Amino acid sequence: MNLTKDEVAHVAELAKLQLTDTELEEFAGQLGQILTYAQQVQSVDTSAVPPTPQVLPLTNVLATDEARGSLSNEQAVVNAPDSDDGYFRVVAVFDDSGA
Amino acid sequence: MTGRNETEQLTTLGVVDCRDGLAGGRFSSVDLTQAFLQRIDKVDGRIHAFLRTTPAQALEAAAEADRARAEGDLRPLLGIPLAIKDVLMTTGIETTAGSRILEGFVPPYCATAVEKLNSAGAIILGKTNTDEFAMGSSTENSAYGPTLNPWNLDRVPGGSSGGSAAAVAAHEAPAALGTDTGGSVRQPAAFCGIVGLKPSYGRVSRYGLIAYGSSLDQVGPITRSVADAALLLEVIAGADARDSTTMPVEAPAFSSALTGDIAGLRVGIPQEYFVAGIQPEVEKAVRSAIEQFASLGAEIVPISLPNAELALPVYYLVVTAEASANLARYDGIRFGLSADGETVFDHFRQTRGAGFGPEVKRRIMLGTYALSAGYYDAYYLKAQQVRTMIRQDFDRAFSQVDVILSPTSPTTAFRIGEKVDDPLAMILTDIFTTSANLAGLCGISVPCGFDGDDLPIGLQLLGPPFGEEKILAAAYAYEQSTEWRLRRPKL
Repeated sequence: MNLTKDEVAHVAELAKLQLTDTELEEFAGQLGQILTYAQQVQSVDTSAVPPTPQVLPLTNVLATDEARGSLSNEQAVVNAPDSDDGYFRVVAVFDDSGA
Repeated sequence: MTGRNETEQLTTLGVVDCRDGLAGGRFSSVDLTQAFLQRIDKVDGRIHAFLRTTPAQALEAAAEADRARAEGDLRPLLGIPLAIKDVLMTTGIETTAGSRILEGFVPPYCATAVEKLNSAGAIILGKTNTDEFAMGSSTENSAYGPTLNPWNLDRVPGGSSGGSAAAVAAHEAPAALGTDTGGSVRQPAAFCGIVGLKPSYGRVSRYGLIAYGSSLDQVGPITRSVADAALLLEVIAGADARDSTTMPVEAPAFSSALTGDIAGLRVGIPQEYFVAGIQPEVEKAVRSAIEQFASLGAEIVPISLPNAELALPVYYLVVTAEASANLARYDGIRFGLSADGETVFDHFRQTRGAGFGPEVKRRIMLGTYALSAGYYDAYYLKAQQVRTMIRQDFDRAFSQVDVILSPTSPTTAFRIGEKVDDPLAMILTDIFTTSANLAGLCGISVPCGFDGDDLPIGLQLLGPPFGEEKILAAAYAYEQSTEWRLRRPKL
């Protein structure tokens, strides 16, 4: 199977990945090839088989209810490309056109 | 201890040797640390195992360790220098996961596994090269250039922990930490002629390990001997309140399992793992290792893993799905590379487009596709169901046998560049290793021979979840009854 360039562009948008035209074309072929290989799983009868999302026999692991230290505000923003007064600064998410 | 030969001699020592030598006062931690730093200076220009070293910090820590020892400090790794794969967070030491998107990132906290090494007295020599975000089987996907195999500089060291494996094989460190999501500790250990241990899922905390496939990732030791792997696992294993996927079980004294006696041990040979496509010299070496196990008194039992062939496709669907979710955090806002997009979505797209390399993009794309509306049931859910069947195969097998023996990789180290343009061919090198991660098993690779080009061959032993003592006992008995460990790369 092959993916179309449009399908690849759609997936790239879901993943918020900017791809060049060359990458879009390359990935259409390569992803198609890998997916064809992965399609082997679809021929297996799994009607009565539960999924395994993780392997440990653990459920509802809770932490003890006690106060613990954490990163300081200063440490938390130390790697931020842009911060102000202990906050992360981002580009505006909403425009201010009042629409 | 100052002579040049004596200094060089120190770099032949493993972790247990270093511990005993330091305890016996035969050399100091400063001597030892200086010896490894000099060795790195001498050979790393040729193999590029390290992304960065921390000589000043290491020597300072070594001097401190020597003072502590003089005052009676008996911690198990006191003053022993080690190398750490660059996907493990190290407070104050740049950590990039081999990616441009994390260039310059200095973590404000430390991975639990590294913290445990530090608490046991170990010293960090530096951070080792890795495929970007541990995605790869050759270390060629590092954004900072490939690592070369110390046995042959035209060959890859394996991956993704290729920097750690090459560093240990080249005597730049007595041992290192790696991480294994689909074989990334075991396969490079095999390619570099050393020992690599992937603990059972839940044995070692993943806190501070930069996440790739969260249901598969484990931290494991890369060493030149089985005894060293057992000792390091003793230190890093155990439940961690900061990782809810660690099992609340006591870590046994793994070193005590190394008796050399494996009489009566049941060793399973999966027929599905000896099929066309294995390099003949690899098959021959593994077959003679089976005879060696028999001569040590082990019982050789043919077994079947009917769904073995499906492990790799299942792995690639599961791991890329998990990766696409885990790597959503690289948004250029809280840390890492940041583009100058005009809108917030442009900012995300541009940051990620510029910061991730081709293999990381490919895997994010594959995972996003497998999780997207209309494909979830056919790919991701289906893969999780077949994952259950693969686990059931191993449950059945481990009711008949104690350990399962196979090659670690179908071939020895391939040439640099040989598979970079063929992602599927690269994936196929993981054919014997991924099932252990899918089923949560433990596994170890030990040297079992060399091919006609003098490249090392690795033998894999798999054990049931939390059965590390069995695979360590088997690997140790085999290692001690052969002389493969005595060969060293001429570098």
